[in-house]
Amino acid sequence: MAMQKCHSDFAHALRDPDLVVPRGVTAHNSDAPRERFAIYRNNVVVGLVSALEARFPATRKIVGEDFFKGAAKLFAATQPPRSPLMLFYGDAFPAFLAYFEPAREVPYLADVARLEAARTRAYHAADAKPLTPAALSGGLPDAPAGMRFILHPSVEIVASDYPIVTIWAMNSGDIDLAPITDWRGEDALVARPGFDVEVRRLPPGAKTFLQNLAAGNPLEEAAAAALAGNASFDLVANLAALFAGLAIEMTYQPNEAPLP
Amino acid sequence: MRVSQLPLSAGASFKPEHFAAISATPQPLGFFEVHAENYMGTGGVPHAQLGFLRENYALSLHGVGLNIGSTEPLDRAHLARLKQLCDRYQPECFSEHLAWSSHAGIFFNDLLPLPYTEANLTSVIDHVDETQSTLGRRMLLENPATYVRFKQSTIPETEFLAAIARVTGCGLLLDVNNVFVAARNHATSASGYLEAFPLDLVAEIHLAGHVETIDGHGSPLCIDAHGSPVVEDVFALFDSVIARAGPLPTLIEWDNDVPDWAVLLAEALAAQARLDRARLVRVAPAAA
Repeated sequence: MAMQKCHSDFAHALRDPDLVVPRGVTAHNSDAPRERFAIYRNNVVVGLVSALEARFPATRKIVGEDFFKGAAKLFAATQPPRSPLMLFYGDAFPAFLAYFEPAREVPYLADVARLEAARTRAYHAADAKPLTPAALSGGLPDAPAGMRFILHPSVEIVASDYPIVTIWAMNSGDIDLAPITDWRGEDALVARPGFDVEVRRLPPGAKTFLQNLAAGNPLEEAAAAALAGNASFDLVANLAALFAGLAIEMTYQPNEAPLP
Repeated sequence: MRVSQLPLSAGASFKPEHFAAISATPQPLGFFEVHAENYMGTGGVPHAQLGFLRENYALSLHGVGLNIGSTEPLDRAHLARLKQLCDRYQPECFSEHLAWSSHAGIFFNDLLPLPYTEANLTSVIDHVDETQSTLGRRMLLENPATYVRFKQSTIPETEFLAAIARVTGCGLLLDVNNVFVAARNHATSASGYLEAFPLDLVAEIHLAGHVETIDGHGSPLCIDAHGSPVVEDVFALFDSVIARAGPLPTLIEWDNDVPDWAVLLAEALAAQARLDRARLVRVAPAAA
């Protein structure tokens, strides 16, 4: 019991810089070695902040290093990791930024962070071999409308009211920084069909289309939903994308009874 | 089965930014070591790179998050992930730290010190036992770099580590830089520590760089920063260890301000040269 207290005192003092050095902690030249204990405190903060910096480089570039560090420190203090899997630390950082008062002037910041968080998940997602047009070499089934697709495990859609794909590309070095003349919402598709994580701007209706397919709905239903939401939805282009890395499996049950 | 199947030669910690250089041509090194937690994603580049290393070199899996020095039960989910990695890559060696990193559900992402008491000894032994039986293999436990001590401690660190190894059958990973750093920080003798260290239980050595400053009391304060070359004093301690124990698998760790591969490789080859010298010196008297 006494030993557990020792760990918990240490843990509490690590998280609260106002607390004194925990009882029992000593050094050869001090009975309450604040400076030495502070090395542990500092290691914890610096470690968590650098993990967030590594995961959210474009977000950091948008607000600058000092602002980002401030936000990251506050996030780390209030939402420390709950698991030793640091690869995924910061999944909740975008939601934190959305309500972070000082970031209010940058309303698209949280969405760019969501895009970056999705990129890490895609980077570590399961490997799967994408479908290629050769999957259709036997010809289309009699009723292609009933086809269902399984999307690549890395696929995520990040929808936004802001041009986040353009903003992300400008702040990740993909394209040069420039004024954005066409300021409208962009839906980002994040996918890793091979080893490289790709970020694409989804065309009109594609978000609805892919979300329907991801939910297991047949092609017909997905296309109808996409069209209903956006008259300019282009089925052929979207099918081409499915066979260019987004889908890994295609199922078709010819005996499926048609809906009455 | 031995605690480690690593070759008795120098190795380097693997950093993804070095992959292109490492994979371009065979490297004159005995092994690579990776942090287990960096490979706990499901797929993608990390596993492709680890697969390449596995295929071409001996592999050491080094955990940094198992929380062996905690008074709480081990995280079974984390242990299961470690088992999955060990099963998949069959590393020649698995090692972890005499330290804790989580408490009450929070992960601190740092290797934190513990008092060396009978109660903690029992709890660490239980954790090593559970780890070894779950993984179905023996492990190595590493001596820590510490900045503070505990008044509660009743057992010297060397005895604490020796007792764990003798009871559980685990081996020890001797981090010579940690020995140097801790001795400086506690104003004790690094060579005295090494005299007391059970070298017969050591199956791997770590070498790394540190940063030395002066604290507010005017005493030396060393930070185990892993961001610079190994200092000559640490190499000298290393020489004394391998003169006594013979060549051992020896890793150069470089985790921050990572230099070009050529620099890290040169550092590993410097360690290799010292291993070769120790081998010759040990062989010479017998041959005479």
